[in-house]
Amino acid sequence: MKLSLGKWLLPVYSGLALLFLMIPIGYTFVYSFNDSLKSNITWRGFTFDKWLNVCNVQNGAVCQAFGNSLFIGAVATVIATALGTMIAIAIVRYRFKFRSQTSLLLFLPMATPEVVLGAGLAAQFLSLGVPKDMLTIILAHTMFCISFVVVTVKARVASLDPALEEAGRDLYGSAWQVFARITFPLLLPGILAAALLSFALSFDDFIITNFNSGAVTTFPKYIYISAARGIPAEANVLASAVFILALVVVVTVQVSGAAKARRLAKLS
Amino acid sequence: MAFAAFSTATSPSTEPVARRRSPVALFLLLPGILYLVLFFLTPLVSLLLTSVQAPREFGDIGQYDYAFRWQNYVEVVTTYWPHIVRSFSYALAATFFALLISYPLAYFIGVKARRWPLLQSLMLVLVIAPFFISFLLRTLAWKQLFSDESFVVQSLKALSLLGPEAHVTGTAFSVIFGLTYNFIPFMTLPLYTTLERLDVRYLEAGNDLYASPFQVFRKVTIPLSMPGIVAGTLLTFIPAAGDYINASRDFLGGTGTQMMGNVIEANFLVLQNYPTAAALSIILMTVILVIVSIYVKRSGTEELL
Repeated sequence: MKLSLGKWLLPVYSGLALLFLMIPIGYTFVYSFNDSLKSNITWRGFTFDKWLNVCNVQNGAVCQAFGNSLFIGAVATVIATALGTMIAIAIVRYRFKFRSQTSLLLFLPMATPEVVLGAGLAAQFLSLGVPKDMLTIILAHTMFCISFVVVTVKARVASLDPALEEAGRDLYGSAWQVFARITFPLLLPGILAAALLSFALSFDDFIITNFNSGAVTTFPKYIYISAARGIPAEANVLASAVFILALVVVVTVQVSGAAKARRLAKLS
Repeated sequence: MAFAAFSTATSPSTEPVARRRSPVALFLLLPGILYLVLFFLTPLVSLLLTSVQAPREFGDIGQYDYAFRWQNYVEVVTTYWPHIVRSFSYALAATFFALLISYPLAYFIGVKARRWPLLQSLMLVLVIAPFFISFLLRTLAWKQLFSDESFVVQSLKALSLLGPEAHVTGTAFSVIFGLTYNFIPFMTLPLYTTLERLDVRYLEAGNDLYASPFQVFRKVTIPLSMPGIVAGTLLTFIPAAGDYINASRDFLGGTGTQMMGNVIEANFLVLQNYPTAAALSIILMTVILVIVSIYVKRSGTEELL
């Protein structure tokens, strides 16, 4: 009896811990169906209305903020992914001076609290007299995404067999052809993972955005501002929709990855 | 989401094949490095300069001049020392609880669930699932679950576990709770990545040598998972110390739970008292860098990137 208790303790605990992680997600999802008025605190009955008319509340302020977040996330992701991927290739493949200083410069933004990153950039924009708008948010987001892209892509570059590129060169491929036909396609999964990570970081960022956004409202900032007087259920709808979409993407990647691994295992 | 960064960072780096010297490297590095110099490094310098500014004579609110007024730091520390202490003690408590909660979970996913790959990947998806939904909405959900009218608080009061006048939100408990909750995935993922690579034969060897399960855990499992513990605790401690959402009055905090981040935000964005906000930011950054470098040195994982 004692033995079986010990055997079940860990799985049961793990299940409960995961359940604990899911509580606020479940809450947010359930309250997206609340037939609420201005603020979404007490349960007033079930409705699909908020899902069907997401943009109707406050002249579409929620959707406007949501759109801003999508746009900022997309632009910052593209720039950060390009810059970060180039650095990752350089770090793995080339020798250069100031290597350890470069590593430090890439590590520090990840070890700096967001409030310091945000306040620092805001202080710089202030002293240069740069007005805070969409552009300053994009500049800020790109900055903190670069390091994460480097780390993610670096692992992929390191696992890439240089013999494949050598084969390309042996077959008289130009440097560009070798990159476009061999290196880039092989790095693509890493680059895509890095881009997804960047987008997620940018999309959910509040602290740095708050310091550098001026009058522009992003989705997290909208929630922060509305927190005092109550969040409309439409915010829950958008957050839940993003959650479901992200979950579908991740599960698909996991399942297809597992299927690929099984096929490879069968081959060898 | 930063887990990927630290977990791969602390893994033993495999030296790649001979690196070449080439002008291409400069072309690849320059844009990104320049970007970080312009938008990460120089802002820190701006912050440092701002932190020693003095109010302009006969100037408006929010007008300051460069003055090397180091006195600002003394004033900030004497005024805001409770916030400084609170930030680091809350972050420490949250890191401790997150480690306590995450370790068994990561151990189960990384070691026990190896036989069932599908279960393993499903559980991992659930660990990162909180990242897919707004950080602010998650924290607000806890606020509402812990509000005075909520089922949880009413039940606790009915069972006399909580006094009739007591509140849950706005207390140190709820802020530490929120920080712990929000950073559990950051703790669990690096722990999982090291535990997943743990060779169970070492544990069996320990058992064979008549070590008790506790001894095996303390002398074998813990030391082998140290890189994950280091990465996880840093990933929790750093953002927790700088966080101001959980401690904000509109979220889980109250007047007595304000942290450094709240003071920085209020001084920078509301009061336009930039030197105070900058000085506090510099203090926060310095303390964290000192802690990180000592910690990383002592635990022997110096190669961070």
